[in-house]
Amino acid sequence: MTPATAAQTIGPYWHLIDDPALADLTRFGAAGTRLVLAGRLLDGDGAPVADACVELWQASPAADERFPGYGRCATGADGGFRFVTLKPGPVPGRGNTLQAPHLALNILARGILTRLYTRAYFAGEALNATDPLLALVEDPARRASLVASPDGPDGWRLDIRLQGPGESVFIEI
Amino acid sequence: MTGTLGFRAAAPGSQPDNDSPDYGSTRLRHPTQPLLRFAHTITEATGPRFSPAQFPPLADMSTVDGKAALGERIIVHGRVTDEDGRPVPQTMIELWQANAAGRYHHPGDQHDAPLDPHFRGAGRVFTDAEGWYRFVSIKPGAYPWRNHPNAWRPNHIHYSLFGAGFATRLITQMYFPGDPLLPLDPVYNAVPDPAHRQRLVAMFDLAATQPDWALGYRFDIVLRGPAATPMENAGPEHEA
Ligand SMILES: [Fe+2]
Repeated sequence: MTPATAAQTIGPYWHLIDDPALADLTRFGAAGTRLVLAGRLLDGDGAPVADACVELWQASPAADERFPGYGRCATGADGGFRFVTLKPGPVPGRGNTLQAPHLALNILARGILTRLYTRAYFAGEALNATDPLLALVEDPARRASLVASPDGPDGWRLDIRLQGPGESVFIEI
Repeated sequence: MTGTLGFRAAAPGSQPDNDSPDYGSTRLRHPTQPLLRFAHTITEATGPRFSPAQFPPLADMSTVDGKAALGERIIVHGRVTDEDGRPVPQTMIELWQANAAGRYHHPGDQHDAPLDPHFRGAGRVFTDAEGWYRFVSIKPGAYPWRNHPNAWRPNHIHYSLFGAGFATRLITQMYFPGDPLLPLDPVYNAVPDPAHRQRLVAMFDLAATQPDWALGYRFDIVLRGPAATPMENAGPEHEA
């Protein structure tokens, strides 16, 4: 067995491979309930992280030719990111569990050597109460860092704090 | 999703710690709380697929509009496998790099070195059925950065790979053999085990060299392999 190749930072110049279109997962005309996830990425001083790459993956709805399931967004000067996608449904967990609807998020940036992985859940979902990942986060304030808040008709907001007060929960992957 | 596999955990010493004080930008960008341990589910075990139709390959970065970039032309090839040595076929590899003078075609790069109108520095290739990839470029130059006094990044090419699932996502950098800046580089040195660090350095490959045209290098990449034990029965059929 040869262990996986080491990760290295994505650095400040990764925009060379970026395409802003990737932040819109509905661009191929997928049908479903539109969802906008927006937020800001902040560092340990609460300052915006303006050169990051935020990636999104969702296992639901299943990816197909019209729905890529994957998105990528460069943070702006205010650390902001914004994805347009489709609302996910519940997906199976391990054993006989069911996971509440969620989006998977990767944070890649200068100063991050190995990608940081987190999830965005949605406030008010009944299944949040029994979600096997949320159940592992006992501190309500920390659990809240994984739950987006409603913001307008199809909008959701989730700020991600890399460090310090309100630090987001990052997940081993 | 019964039978879906998760992926193996990282081998000790094989991956950099995000809290790497010698790399100054990590100071405010690494979490201080431990990562939440959670076994892979369908969310982590599956991942995006990219097709060459939607993401057209660009395997020759050495020319723009038919005009040759300045610098030492190189051919880089290698194989992408998983930890069990199985090829990772038809996976997308994104590439980006500085020009021969050590400057990125990027507004954020203000290094006092010339831009090259015939070099953009972004490429995209797909592995074949056996996991092999190949691209043509020019050797990137070293460039200064502000991490510490007189800090220079060794010559490197940035790589982005996806593999079979979101868990196999890999962003890394390929280095060149014999670079005197490598032992001084806090990004390279952030990989704890020197044996794994060394694997980020490509090999000079005379067999891949094209006479009178370009030097060849080989850079193999290993993506995480399936965990030994299959995921338990995933339960209710919620294929939402
Ligand atoms: Fe670089």
